[in-house]
Amino acid sequence: MLETFGHLPVSWLLFAVLAAAGFVAFFIGRTSAVATAQGSTARLNSQPNYHGYFLAMATIAPAAVILILYSLFGESMVRSQLASELPQRIRDLGTMEMGQYIDRIAENSQRGPGSTTGNALFDAATGRYTSLLGLSRIIAIGLALFGAGVGFFFARRRLSVNFRARARVEDGIKLMLFLCAAIAILTTLGIVASLFFEALRFFARVPVLSFIFGTEWNAQTGADFGAIPLFFGTFMIAFLAMLVAAPIGLLSAIYLSEYASPRFRSIVKPILELLAGIPTVVYGFFALQFVAPLVRSFAVWVNSLPFTPDTLLAAQPTSALAAGLVMGIMIIPFVSSLSDDVINAVPQTLRDGAYAMGATKSETVKQVVMPAALPGVIAALLLAVSRAIGETMIVVMAAGQRAQISPDPTSDLTTITVQIVALLTGDTEFDSAKTLSAFALGFVLFIVTLLFNLIALRVVQKYREKYE
Amino acid sequence: MNSPAPNPETKGTFVTDAALKRLKKRHAAETRFKFYGQFAIAIAVLALIALLVSIISQASSAFQRNMLVFDITLNAEDVAPNGTDDPDAIARNVSGFNLLLQDSLRDQFLPEDADASETRQLFGLFTRLAVLPVAKKTAAHVDMVGTQQTVSVALADDIDLYLKGGVTERKSIDLGQVASARGAIGDGIYVSLAPGTDTSALAEAIGGFQEQSLDDSAPTTLIGIGNTWYSVTGFSSNEIALAYLAGARVAPDPSQGIRALVLAQAEANRTVSDRQIAWTMLLKDEGRIRKAFNSTLFTNADSTYPELAGTAAAIVGSLLTMLVTALLAIPVGIFAAVYLEEFAPKNRMTDLIEVNINNLAAVPSIVFGLLGAAVFINFFGMPRSVPLVGGLVLGLLVLPTVIIASRAALKSVPPSIRTAALGVGASKTQSVFHHVLPLAAPGILTGSIIGMARALGETAPLLLIGMVAFVAEVPDGPTDESTVLPVLIYKWSTGAERAWEPQTAAAIIVLLVFLVLMNLIAIILRRRFERRW
Repeated sequence: MLETFGHLPVSWLLFAVLAAAGFVAFFIGRTSAVATAQGSTARLNSQPNYHGYFLAMATIAPAAVILILYSLFGESMVRSQLASELPQRIRDLGTMEMGQYIDRIAENSQRGPGSTTGNALFDAATGRYTSLLGLSRIIAIGLALFGAGVGFFFARRRLSVNFRARARVEDGIKLMLFLCAAIAILTTLGIVASLFFEALRFFARVPVLSFIFGTEWNAQTGADFGAIPLFFGTFMIAFLAMLVAAPIGLLSAIYLSEYASPRFRSIVKPILELLAGIPTVVYGFFALQFVAPLVRSFAVWVNSLPFTPDTLLAAQPTSALAAGLVMGIMIIPFVSSLSDDVINAVPQTLRDGAYAMGATKSETVKQVVMPAALPGVIAALLLAVSRAIGETMIVVMAAGQRAQISPDPTSDLTTITVQIVALLTGDTEFDSAKTLSAFALGFVLFIVTLLFNLIALRVVQKYREKYE
Repeated sequence: MNSPAPNPETKGTFVTDAALKRLKKRHAAETRFKFYGQFAIAIAVLALIALLVSIISQASSAFQRNMLVFDITLNAEDVAPNGTDDPDAIARNVSGFNLLLQDSLRDQFLPEDADASETRQLFGLFTRLAVLPVAKKTAAHVDMVGTQQTVSVALADDIDLYLKGGVTERKSIDLGQVASARGAIGDGIYVSLAPGTDTSALAEAIGGFQEQSLDDSAPTTLIGIGNTWYSVTGFSSNEIALAYLAGARVAPDPSQGIRALVLAQAEANRTVSDRQIAWTMLLKDEGRIRKAFNSTLFTNADSTYPELAGTAAAIVGSLLTMLVTALLAIPVGIFAAVYLEEFAPKNRMTDLIEVNINNLAAVPSIVFGLLGAAVFINFFGMPRSVPLVGGLVLGLLVLPTVIIASRAALKSVPPSIRTAALGVGASKTQSVFHHVLPLAAPGILTGSIIGMARALGETAPLLLIGMVAFVAEVPDGPTDESTVLPVLIYKWSTGAERAWEPQTAAAIIVLLVFLVLMNLIAIILRRRFERRW
């Protein structure tokens, strides 16, 4: 009901009506301003256009607020109303099953009036849902139009020769700008709140200590939630990635900023940055298809050497080493471009001083530039670690699913992010410990990466004070 | 100033053997250090090259595929049983077309009394839905019904892979001519080769494959004589024992050419049977297998059969998602940047927002997926797997990137512009919106495009809001179930059949092309409009 008006979806129609109302309000505001100015617009405090803008703003804003609120909360209000009207038998099912029941009703209702299932209660509920939804739409649209009318009416009364329309319009613009900036805060709040509260619900079922210190992870069966194997896998792979990324990234940054000719630098730097622009799912495919088999045959070769036991390395088809190597390649540009900035920020005078003492270039780099740049380099490495910990697709595709603690890099390890994906893909029900454990893992991930970022930021701030 | 004359005695302290040695060592260290740097850069560049080369070489085979050509009369009773008035019914009549083509193959290759397994193998040369393009074409031109037409269907993925050199290693060997032959098709054929034929290549191939074999299974040898293919049942000193496999049911004649095809893997270990290979060879000899550009890759939606799967739905899904992302992230990001850069008072609230944005930029993307799952889907009850929710999540994800880029662009506009505007009586808002923002626009646009490129390649958060669902139709709007390119790549890469690998690589190429285009636009914009003050 009230999905479409003729062939037009109602939401589009409403949008058009509001836009038209805005236009009309603008012209009314403008003409009335010109009229009150009695021929000389110079007498107005603000230009006639601003009167128009003000009136349009006052008309559209209340309606828009009402419609946004309705689109966010309207359907859940309808659902809770329907839930309270359902017979006791169904309400006894518990929130989750009732939610699914209402989901099916909503789905059925979308198919249109003709789709009956034969189940009298279900069909009656579908009908009721449809009419409730239609009713709520009518109420929302009515309220929005009423709000627009009220806004227009009061704003219209304020217009006069001395009315400071421009100031009011600019206040409105500033408010809108502030709200946009506040969305960033809202996002963080949303992240923290959703992770925190879902994690709390998880910890109500599984004790915190057994989560953080448990060594058995079998979340798919809902049996064990000991996250140590995941932490181990995460840090093992991040460590392997840093083994690749730290030396290569750092050395290339040093070479590019200290040795390379401007021409070489202008060619190589974009190439390195290309590595950062490649989507992680592509790295994942590369790791799965090309690096993992290589790692495996390397492990098989090592096992076959005469002086090694045949079962020295696990030689799994997906391995921590494959994921770590490829993740390392992915992180190289982060390390190199961040350290490049830091190395370039070291004052030239320090280098000149070292050269004057007869130091060679490499001695200058090792004994003067690097110590001066060290805090910044450490910060760059910390940021890179934080990225390695939070990286998902490469490990999902190439690291494996087995939660185990094994120092062997060719065995398959699993990570926090792999488990989050495994737990939340497919059909998820928001009330099981299995799903909630993904949020607990997400919370840990968020806190750990945040800590790394904050420490990095702190280190950088301290370092900056040195040269200012 | 009078510089002291060089004293030959003091000069000596710098040229002692020890000093020279030290100097040499230091210079060697210098060279080494420089080499380390070059080595590191070489590794990084090589890694990039390896990545691109491996993907492009994988993908190249997916852009071409093998089609099976039929010269066939489209009998009205088969393809249009209800008449030609209703083209839609013809387009939907997949089983009619399928039966027609299958029957044509059966008439050619199988006797009346062929068993079920043989028939199944023959019909396995192409999948049922592969006839869909033919059905659609016929529906569009109903006058084709009842006439002789040349139609082609995509070969099944395994056969296609075999023809591209996959499935099993093989060697084709020419064995000269048949010297004599005895026996009958039904109960075994024995042929001897012309005397003096060099069979060492055959023995070498069989021996070589036998050695590689992991489970000691013997390699398969197929023998082709004329239009008939046999499998080898045994070798004796002067004869080869053959069993009929496929093709013309005529016993070989002396002086017919004979060739061998040695397959590394035993029949049980591969996805294509001996018979299917023999039929494929026969069809190839007839010229009925033709290479064609794989347009399916761009016109079809996802499918469970690799040869019918395409990226069309995912491309549209990606575009819809990007549209939502852009509508959220770009205006909000620009306005937030304008507020922080131009209007925000220096207070704790502003500091908080600023720290917040910097931290948000470093939050792992999967956490945004958790946010989407918990807030948009669970709390607000939005549907799963739709571009609207995906776009909102990605919009929040790239918002910090857009804000930071826009702030940098606004910062680069010199203060003189602002003061000049204020000086002629503009309000703060007017100075910003009429003067600063237009001047910063190229930089803002570049930053926004780069942010969008990041969103286009993002996978992990979308997995958590259910965009991995199998979607076989091109979505109509942002609230239709759909998938996006990177998620499609992830899904295809987990496919069990080997044919998904080139397919995945091809999808990656499609994604990379889009990314390169976006970055090119950003670079061109920067070059064209960048202003140095």
